[in-house]
This record gives sequence, structure tokens and C-alpha cells, in this order.
Amino acid sequence: MAIRRILIANRGEIAARIIRTCRALDIETVLAVSAADRDGEPARQADRVVCIGPAKSADSYLNAPAIVHAAVAMRADAIHPGYGFLSERAALPQLCATAGIVFIGPTAEQIAATGDKLRARAEAAAAQVPVVPGGAANSRAEADALARKLAMPLLVKAVGGGGGRGLKRVERIEDLPALLDLAAAEAGAAFGDARIYLEQYIDRGRHVEVQVLGDGAGRVIHLGERDCSVQRRYQKLIEEGPAPGLPAALRHSLQQAAVRFAERLHYRGAGTVEFMVDTQRETFYFLEMNARIQVEHPVTEAVTGIDLIAEQIAIADGRGLRLRQAAIRISGCAIECRVNAEDPRNDFKPSPGRVRDVSWPGGEGIRVDTHVVPGSSIPPFYDSLMAKIIAWGEDRAAALARLRGAIAGTRISGVHSNLGFHAAALEDPEFQTGGVDTGFVERLYGRRPDLTDHAEAVAAHG
Amino acid sequence: MTLTAADIAQIMRLVEQSTFDELNLEIDGIKLTLRRSGAGGAVTQNMTTQQSLSDAAAAGAAAAGAVAAGTTAGTTAGTTAGTAAGGTPAAGVARSANSRDIASPMLGTFYRAPKPGSAPFVEVGSPVEENSVIAIIEVMKLMNTVRAGVKGVITEILPADETLVEFGQVLMRARVDA
Repeated sequence: MAIRRILIANRGEIAARIIRTCRALDIETVLAVSAADRDGEPARQADRVVCIGPAKSADSYLNAPAIVHAAVAMRADAIHPGYGFLSERAALPQLCATAGIVFIGPTAEQIAATGDKLRARAEAAAAQVPVVPGGAANSRAEADALARKLAMPLLVKAVGGGGGRGLKRVERIEDLPALLDLAAAEAGAAFGDARIYLEQYIDRGRHVEVQVLGDGAGRVIHLGERDCSVQRRYQKLIEEGPAPGLPAALRHSLQQAAVRFAERLHYRGAGTVEFMVDTQRETFYFLEMNARIQVEHPVTEAVTGIDLIAEQIAIADGRGLRLRQAAIRISGCAIECRVNAEDPRNDFKPSPGRVRDVSWPGGEGIRVDTHVVPGSSIPPFYDSLMAKIIAWGEDRAAALARLRGAIAGTRISGVHSNLGFHAAALEDPEFQTGGVDTGFVERLYGRRPDLTDHAEAVAAHG
Repeated sequence: MTLTAADIAQIMRLVEQSTFDELNLEIDGIKLTLRRSGAGGAVTQNMTTQQSLSDAAAAGAAAAGAVAAGTTAGTTAGTTAGTAAGGTPAAGVARSANSRDIASPMLGTFYRAPKPGSAPFVEVGSPVEENSVIAIIEVMKLMNTVRAGVKGVITEILPADETLVEFGQVLMRARVDA
């Protein structure tokens, strides 16, 4: 079949991003919005807009029946779920199947396999992909026995979760019972699944992930890796590709491991296999697979020249993989900063409100994915991502120089932003050297107390 | 100060010609919200009162109400406050003193009757209580009943039967006792 009209079940910058590719492919767009997003920039860009529910996500962007009903009524051929919200809930592809709508993503079964983190660990092990030492913690006794076998510190993770939510670090075994309860309660609230598991905490690790595309029939290619080690409380802030300073053999092993894992699932569509890389031992562990397009996908697009949204649509449309592994070339380097509406003076809490004025950067090698224009509202109901600024250069130094210029040239007023953080991170000698681990942001704050004080906040505000 | 229908018409024209998308105005217990919507640039408005209107304000509202009760975006033209959509201000001035919008609580297919061939739940002129069922909205084969939420008389039924309605779309209007 040929997909002619797509309903986009998402909001913000990714909605605008999907609309852009649909326009290029001459595919009509129907944007499903909540009442809070009716007047947003993506709603202006879409061919048609349909209001699926109130501002609260549970009744709108997480309302699968309303979204599929809207797709049928608006005569859409397919639904693109974006990231977050329903993108990794098996219920959406299941409902799509009953309604005769194409789901642009993996199968419900693949979402279930990757969404259950314990099951994903088992699949990884079966595909000869190393997993972090750890396992199930279905009871306190089981958790305690496992914890005594592993070295401290530990991480308590949600079986149904991911993306750092519900994660707890255990420093002392006596803290374990309380943290188990807390993690289970958070996991239950966030994912509707209170099951938790334990993993060894990898100190000085780097977060490196491999972008894959699968045809759903067992053929999988990779599009190189991204390093996402610049994180604050497990939330990514800066991503880049290729991962700087990775030994060639380790890079190759990571990429092959990701392909093996996705092949095993007969994975369909775009996905990302995440690893923790132990830089001291030059080894790596499987963390999880994200069965969707990812926020940081433009990094890969910048270094490969491939439109990942277009490939997602082609695969969903039954055209399979249009690219061969040998045709994938990684050219130069790309670095991305996530610009969030958050207040550095107030523990980086989201800073919703109305953007009075905004000026995004441009120029050679600069790409900005955003839905924010002067006058845009940043509603308090959703995440605080305002834009992604991506710089490409022939090498890392060139990309970094462009990105620094782009961040310096960005102006946002009306809401707080983390632009000051990005400027400081990009000029930090450790980041400039490259290959930082996940402890980088904490160290940066130690070196730069000005980042959280009043003066910086005002500068970022201006 | 009081707000007359002519005042409202002028405010609507000013918003229309301005670069603003939204205006919120509160005078003498009257709350006026003007919002520019869609590519056509038509201004839709919504007026509610917080308390009983002063006589003069009520007169103004009543004049505006003549325009409103019975207009939906882009269908009918008003007499006082504006003419048809497509550049000039039009659309629903809800005269809140006794007219109430009944908005759809969800997206789905709007059904006026319990099953095909049955009499509709309500017609224009039907009296309703707060918990009277006025329609069904079907979402993926799940039938949801919609209740009036107000006590009064149905004055208008807006969507065609068996069509898609969005969340927040006005389904009906009712006249309530002042």
C-alpha cells in the first residue's frame, strides 16, 4: 500500500520534525493535539488538526482509542507515534491492527519484548550480547540475596520503565529495603508495572547507543553510534556521533552487538540499542533497546545524510530496507544540545510560560529542530524540551566550534533555559578533549558554581 | 463603565487588525475572551459573566446575544457585532445570562439517538435536566453517554448525526433559567 496521509500522535518539536519529512514526501498530515496544543506551531504546520482530549496527557496523548478513532475518521493510512507517550505501548499497534491503520514502528510483540527490561536482558544474553550483572528482584529475599552477590553500589530499575525514570542508586545494603519500596512505588505510578530489578552500578561508564533499522524479516543494518554521556539525573543533555575516542575494535563490537540483538527480534523499523561502556576495562554492557525514533536522532542524520523518519515510513509502508550496510558512510561529526525550559536557580525545575521572544541560530552546518516561535506557550503538562540545536563539522573540533557559536547566538526570553549550561559544557576542557563519562555534569557543576547561581540564570534568561 | 454590543464589535475589529492572537478582558463582572483562530483569521469569542450583570451591561450583552445565540464558527452571520466569517468577526457570543454551551467531553463519533431508527435523545426545544442523556459518543466501538450538565431547554444542536466531534467541540446550546 502507499501511505498518503499520516496522523501524528505527538506534540512539540518531534511533531514539527515529522511534518517536515511528510511534506518532503508529499504525504498529508493530521496532527492529534490536546486542548493545550491547539494553537501551537505544529498545529499551524499540519494540514489538519484534531483535538483528541484535554491538556492532561492521560486523556489525550496517552488515549489510544481516541487517537485510533481519530485516524480512522480522518481517513489517515498510518499513525506516527513519535517518542514518549504511546510510542512504546503495545496497545497502540494492537488497536491500529484492529482498525486497519498502519503503525509506524515495530510490532506489538517487539515493543513488549523490549519494554520488559528483564525480558530484554534475556534476549540480549541469548544474542551473545553482554548484560550488566544483575537480575530480578521479585521479593525482598530475592533482592537481598542478589544484592549480596553483587558489589556495591547497585541500581534499582523498573522492569516496565526506561529512560532513567524510577531509577535508584543503592550505596549501602541497609538502604536496600527502603529504596526497593520507593522504586516499586514510583515504577507502579509511572509505568503501571511495579516490578523492579537490580543491576550492578557501573562507575565511570559512558552511555553509547547504536542506531539500527530493521525490515521486520530479519535483516538489520546499523547507522553508527551516538555518545550520550552528558546526562543530568539520567536525562540526556548533549549527544554526539561518532562516540569520541572509542577504540576501533570496541566500536565495531558495539555495532555488531546491536545488530545481533535487533536481528534476533526480527526488529522492524528504527530503534536504538543502548550500552554502558566501561572505559577502564574497554568492555560494554547492554542496557536496553528503545523501540522508537529517539530525541537525538538528528545526530545520526547529520553524519549519515539519511532521513530516519523517511526510512521509518518506508519500512512501515512495506518497502523494506532501502539501504545496504555497505552504503552507510559516517561523515564528519555532529553534536546536539537539548535546549530545555528549566530554571537553573530552582533545581532545574521546568519553567513553563510564554516565550516572549526567541532567536534560533542558523548558518553552515547548523540545524535546529524546534516548535518554539515568539509567543509560543510552554505548557506545564509536558516535558520542557524547546529545541535541539545540532552542529555538523568535518571533524569534532569543527562541529564543536560551530555549536559554541550557535549556542552563543541563541536568544530566549520569557522563560528560563539551560543555554548557560550548554555554553559552559561546550567550553569545558574535559568536554573539549572528548569521551567524558556520565559523571561529567556533576564534575562540571563542581568546577562552575556560577552555573546554578543568580547571575547565570539572568544571563541565560536574557 | 459598561460594555455595549458596539464596544464589543469595535474590540473585535481591533483584535482582528492587531498582531495579537488572544485578548482577555474583564470589566464589571463581564469576562471577554477573544481568540484568533485558523488560517482565515476569524476571531471567535466567548463571553461569560461572573455575577449578575448590571442593567447597562446586560443590555449590551443582550444585544450581542442576538448575534450569538445561534451562531457557530463560520455558519451564521451576526447583525450587530459582525458579519460572516472570513475576515470579519463572527461566531458564538454565548450570552451566559441564559445560554450555555454543551461541549463534547471527548473525541469520537456523535450519535443523536440510542440506536439507528430510534428517536433522538433530544430535539431543539426539548427540556433537559443536568443528568439527561443528550447524545452518545462512540470511541472505537465503545459507547459513551453524554449528559446535558445543565437544566434548561435545548436551543441548538450543532454537529450532524454520526460525524466526528473533537474534544471541546460545542455539541448543543441550551437556554437556562436566568
